[in-house]
Amino acid sequence: MENPTGAQMVVRTLEDLGVERIFGYPGAAIIDIYDELMNSQRISHVLARHEQGAVHMADGYARATGKVGCALVTSGPGATNTVTAIATAYGDSIPLVLITGQVSTGLIGTDAFQEVDTMGVTRPVVKHSFLCKKPEEVPKFLRQAFYIASTGRKGPVVVDIPKNCQTPRMPEGFVEQKDVSLRSYNPTVLGHKGQIKRAMTTLATARRPVLIYGGGVIQGEACAELRELVERFNLPVVTTLMGISGFPSSDRHFLGMVGMHGIYAANEALHNCDALFAVAVRFDDRVTNNVKKFCPNATVIHIDVDPASISKCVHADIPVVGDAKAVLGQCLGACDELHLAGSELTEWWGMLDGFRKAHPLSYPHPQGLIMPQDVVRAVSERLQGQDYYVTTDVGQHQMFVAQYFGFERPRTFITSGGLGTMGFGFPAAAGAKMAHPKAQVICFTGDGSFQMNMQELSTCKQYHLPVKIFILDNHVLGMVRQWQSLFYDQRYAATCLDFNPDFVRLAEAFGHQGIAVSDPAELDSAVERALAMEDELVIVDVRVNPDAKVFPMQRVGGSSEDMILSEEEA
Amino acid sequence: MRHIISILIENQAGALSRVVGLFSQRGYNIESLTVAPTEDPTLSRCTILTLGDVEEAEQITKQLHKLVDVLRVNAYAHDGAAPGLERELVLVKLPIPNRNVRDDIRAVCEIYHASIIELTPEIVTVEYVDSSDKVEDFVKMISGYSDILETVRSGVLGIARGNRYMKG
Repeated sequence: MENPTGAQMVVRTLEDLGVERIFGYPGAAIIDIYDELMNSQRISHVLARHEQGAVHMADGYARATGKVGCALVTSGPGATNTVTAIATAYGDSIPLVLITGQVSTGLIGTDAFQEVDTMGVTRPVVKHSFLCKKPEEVPKFLRQAFYIASTGRKGPVVVDIPKNCQTPRMPEGFVEQKDVSLRSYNPTVLGHKGQIKRAMTTLATARRPVLIYGGGVIQGEACAELRELVERFNLPVVTTLMGISGFPSSDRHFLGMVGMHGIYAANEALHNCDALFAVAVRFDDRVTNNVKKFCPNATVIHIDVDPASISKCVHADIPVVGDAKAVLGQCLGACDELHLAGSELTEWWGMLDGFRKAHPLSYPHPQGLIMPQDVVRAVSERLQGQDYYVTTDVGQHQMFVAQYFGFERPRTFITSGGLGTMGFGFPAAAGAKMAHPKAQVICFTGDGSFQMNMQELSTCKQYHLPVKIFILDNHVLGMVRQWQSLFYDQRYAATCLDFNPDFVRLAEAFGHQGIAVSDPAELDSAVERALAMEDELVIVDVRVNPDAKVFPMQRVGGSSEDMILSEEEA
Repeated sequence: MRHIISILIENQAGALSRVVGLFSQRGYNIESLTVAPTEDPTLSRCTILTLGDVEEAEQITKQLHKLVDVLRVNAYAHDGAAPGLERELVLVKLPIPNRNVRDDIRAVCEIYHASIIELTPEIVTVEYVDSSDKVEDFVKMISGYSDILETVRSGVLGIARGNRYMKG
């Protein structure tokens, strides 16, 4: 193809970068790129029903594969509709490239039809963004966007392409420069050797060490190195919400999730440790509770690819900037070199096992009502050993999945942790199913969350994405209601969903299957039936106890161990 | 504590808005900001004066470094161990009700090594360059002779002392 147009260069570059799936929604300012996309044999497009859904799908695809998610939308409302989804990816450092159409450069600034300052609107929620001014910038910026999105601390990048950069041909003699070099962007990969030696010596001599890891271990593909380090030092492991699935939950070293709704033993381990080995975590407030009371007696070793995450919330005594996989590899190397080995930590493990036995997860079982935890357990039991991916929305059900499901393989738990976006789970499941058509893809959602993006039921029909949706339906906004119940004198301001659609008939209206369950005796068979319908999208509307609450729950302003363990203690 | 933060950024659309946006987004204040291209026209030098403790300045520096368009960042604490050199320019416009006032203003300018850059029968505009506290002294002093019509301050410019320098 001699002298291609801007739009042709978009498609050619995406093909060259290995993009296979693109999620989007067309419009006037992006029509030329869509026209070219029709010619591509290598990229298949998924037409969502809302731009937010499209970007969440690309996000779910990225989380389930480790590839860069890619989405394509038009200018103005097309772009503004994606803002929540971009912010969701930004909140969890997910590699994503969003291509937005823009009005022609001559019209920029004139309040033209469907014009919005996309760079300006998205600026606080992107890792970086580009506005093309000339057609020849299009391939260059796209390559840079993919590079930036997928290196260092990953994140979403927006490339805004005005219409008059899509239609004209490249200038005569245009030669594409394929290698990306950015003088002002060079993420650190290897950690400082001296710091790593200090870190490993500290870890080897600690009497009550704890390893905490976060989503960066999964995004950075460092799970194997993490596990080796844990085994060498016999370390207790705790995770953040975003780290779940990065370390097998059946492993004896695994204590569980920490934080606001963390496992008792995991939070106690944090509070009582003398050395905290933190890998790719950013110490979010939901993890630390009161930072002043966080890990009061611990030497903090903090490994992170983002220098700004180090000593931002929790002071790091031994900071190591670098890529999780590379630095953990260096750590293992340093152990060999220094002949460091872990001790049995008998006393510490005795204490930790005591915490485990004292307060394992538990919940009441009122007669005749399905508890949301029951649903998570029922699905989990049937999926163990199978190829599956689980997405969630946000709220009580998300915490129940985090606490009760028990994940074993990296990337199998997909959730919006940082931003906490209701409406994420279902389109993310569609994206994950696109990536892994043979796997069971489950979306746990609530009746509140599901209604935020249920239009994508059409997309799933059109592209045959038979995901299984379990609505833990309590007719309330459960997490907010839990707060109102515990701290606002049971004043349930605006948390009652007094009207919901009939989800079974809704599923049927979209050409899918629906199952409703309210009797605890029927739960198991309903789960089994749903999972058995391999070629169907199934909505399982499970009526659960609206008074179920997520425990443990940390007291706000307290330390890690200030936990309410049951309703009676609240 | 005053911190003068020097930044080298790519001289391209949107770069400055990312820098400014970062300050508002993360709740840091900007006391003054100046920006202009350097001897290398692809780079701009931006100087920001901010107030905050040492940890805050460190966090600002790290966050600025993260911006893809930012090439170099340096923070000089005003009362830190290695303070940089700083200068600020001010233009002050004053009315001249009579000859005595004009003579007084000229005398003050001579003492401060300030210059008169425009003089009409009714108006005088003076220019003064020094560190921010001296600039404040000067403005205060000169306001004692005539009611200031207008002051324009450039914002602080900072540069490291000795053989330390910041280059692309």
